[in-house]
Amino acid sequence: MFKLIIKRVLKNKLAVAGLTFIFIVFFIAIFANNIAPYDPYKINVYKVLEPPSKEHILGTDELGRDVLSRIIYGARVSLKVGFIAMGIAILTGTILGAIAGYYRGFIDTIIMRLVDVMLAFPTLFLILAVVAVLEPSIYIIMVVIGLTGWMDVARLVRAEVLSLKEREFVLAARAMGASSGRIIFIHILPNAIYPVIVAATFSVGGAILIESGLSFLGLGIQPPEPSWGGILSVGKDYITVAWWMSLFPGIAIFLTVLSFNLLGEALRDALDPKQWAED
Amino acid sequence: MIPILFGITLICFVVINLAPGSPASFTEELSPKASPEAVEALIKLYGLDKPIHERYLNWLRMVVTLDLGKSFVDGRDVQEKIKERLPITLTLNLLSLFLILIISIPIGIYSALKPGSIFDRALTVFVFTGFSIPTFWLALLAMIIFGVNLGWLPISGIQSIGNENMPFLQRLLDWIKHLILPVTIMSFAGLAGMSRYTRSSMLEVLRQDFIRTARAKGLPEKVVIVRHALRNALLPVVTLLGLAIPGLIGGSVIFESIFSIPGMGQLFYASAMARDYPTIMGILIIGAFLTLIGNLLADIAYFIIDPRIRVKRDV
Repeated sequence: MFKLIIKRVLKNKLAVAGLTFIFIVFFIAIFANNIAPYDPYKINVYKVLEPPSKEHILGTDELGRDVLSRIIYGARVSLKVGFIAMGIAILTGTILGAIAGYYRGFIDTIIMRLVDVMLAFPTLFLILAVVAVLEPSIYIIMVVIGLTGWMDVARLVRAEVLSLKEREFVLAARAMGASSGRIIFIHILPNAIYPVIVAATFSVGGAILIESGLSFLGLGIQPPEPSWGGILSVGKDYITVAWWMSLFPGIAIFLTVLSFNLLGEALRDALDPKQWAED
Repeated sequence: MIPILFGITLICFVVINLAPGSPASFTEELSPKASPEAVEALIKLYGLDKPIHERYLNWLRMVVTLDLGKSFVDGRDVQEKIKERLPITLTLNLLSLFLILIISIPIGIYSALKPGSIFDRALTVFVFTGFSIPTFWLALLAMIIFGVNLGWLPISGIQSIGNENMPFLQRLLDWIKHLILPVTIMSFAGLAGMSRYTRSSMLEVLRQDFIRTARAKGLPEKVVIVRHALRNALLPVVTLLGLAIPGLIGGSVIFESIFSIPGMGQLFYASAMARDYPTIMGILIIGAFLTLIGNLLADIAYFIIDPRIRVKRDV
């Protein structure tokens, strides 16, 4: 199954391009210290708002910092927020969904009502409210984005568990005296993992987009820490005189999020049996 | 419906009470000269000295009677502040929802008719671009290109100065000009969900036996697609309409701040920055309430469109 999925995804050129780009961003984030031509925090009052040149390929910002270096370091923030928020969302959604689907009854009702309630809120409002009430920091942002993004996963896992728990292999495990926890984690969840992986891929892109939006509004990653949304947030005030501050971080966000989404879509296609009937 | 409404108020209340400092301490930050007595009076006024469950019940009692409290910023009734901004946000959202519908459904249908074709792939990239692009960035670029460089469209607000004195047609044109950029970009961002859903729903239907039967009967392809397939494929899309509402309303925070549109999103942003708790809570509740109404309308629409539901209610 796993090999088949990889094979199908690799057939999709867009997904391969996305995957390649994701690897590049990872590489840049990990080796930011070695790749960045300048210190992203180094202020240089003699080189304020310089357009792209040989020295500063993507120009400098309002404090004379190198935009390229700040974008390179910003990749760290985006990936960190994207993956940790995704992890929180997937973990919460999987656990709650599995509990709801496996035990049914009262606890199922409570969890599914909670899903309905959370889905009713305009997500960005809820996130902004929490971030505004607490002081915005990268940790709070990761947790909040994660805790507002688990509902679809919970629904999905619940549906999978509902259909899996009556299957023979689960009944056999139960007959052999396996505990509920063992049945859920060892027997049921591994069989429900592929749709969760699809959801996880999309959720990384979504989290990166939300983080950049928050930073753009000034309620995300706080300066001087470099983040793509943060650079844009300052850049918009200088957009008529220094377009490079707004253009490049936006491209970085766009391509990264697009890569995750294309990969997610390819995974979803690869998992859809109807599309591969001829295989 | 009732338990969900109750849950919504509970989450709103919890969120606001995550705050480490009290709003009174924030007042102190702003005006360090405030005397202890004044702070004390403020705490009393907002009932901050009472235990948390009592505060929740008091607040709930107010919410139920549609009293959302008074803003910390200007002392005005929160429901009044929301009421004057809600129509703008609703108009924007309904307009973009409409635009999303009339663009994404044809996209979904055409891609489903020739899955895997160049056309299908191009449309996929197009909708995924909208789905992945940071909308605030796109808005910024559009403002610079169409507003500043080309000078075709205004870049902020929803009307020009002196709009009130214009003849009606000119006023309408003025509004349209102001709304083109925000509504187009909002819709572009929302295309993916609806069009992908239409596409997969359509693909699903086209595989069904009754479509083969219709073709075997010798019906023209157009009739097969429009009369037989489309009707069935579009049913689930109605549900998706209801689900799209929270995303759109949430997005209004970003659009309204960028384009300086005096709507609910802008009010929410200003309140969040000023930690105006009553207004934040009020807008959170109204936003969630709007989503519920949207879902309810979608359910009713589904009920009207699909005769099967009326017979088999529990499916």
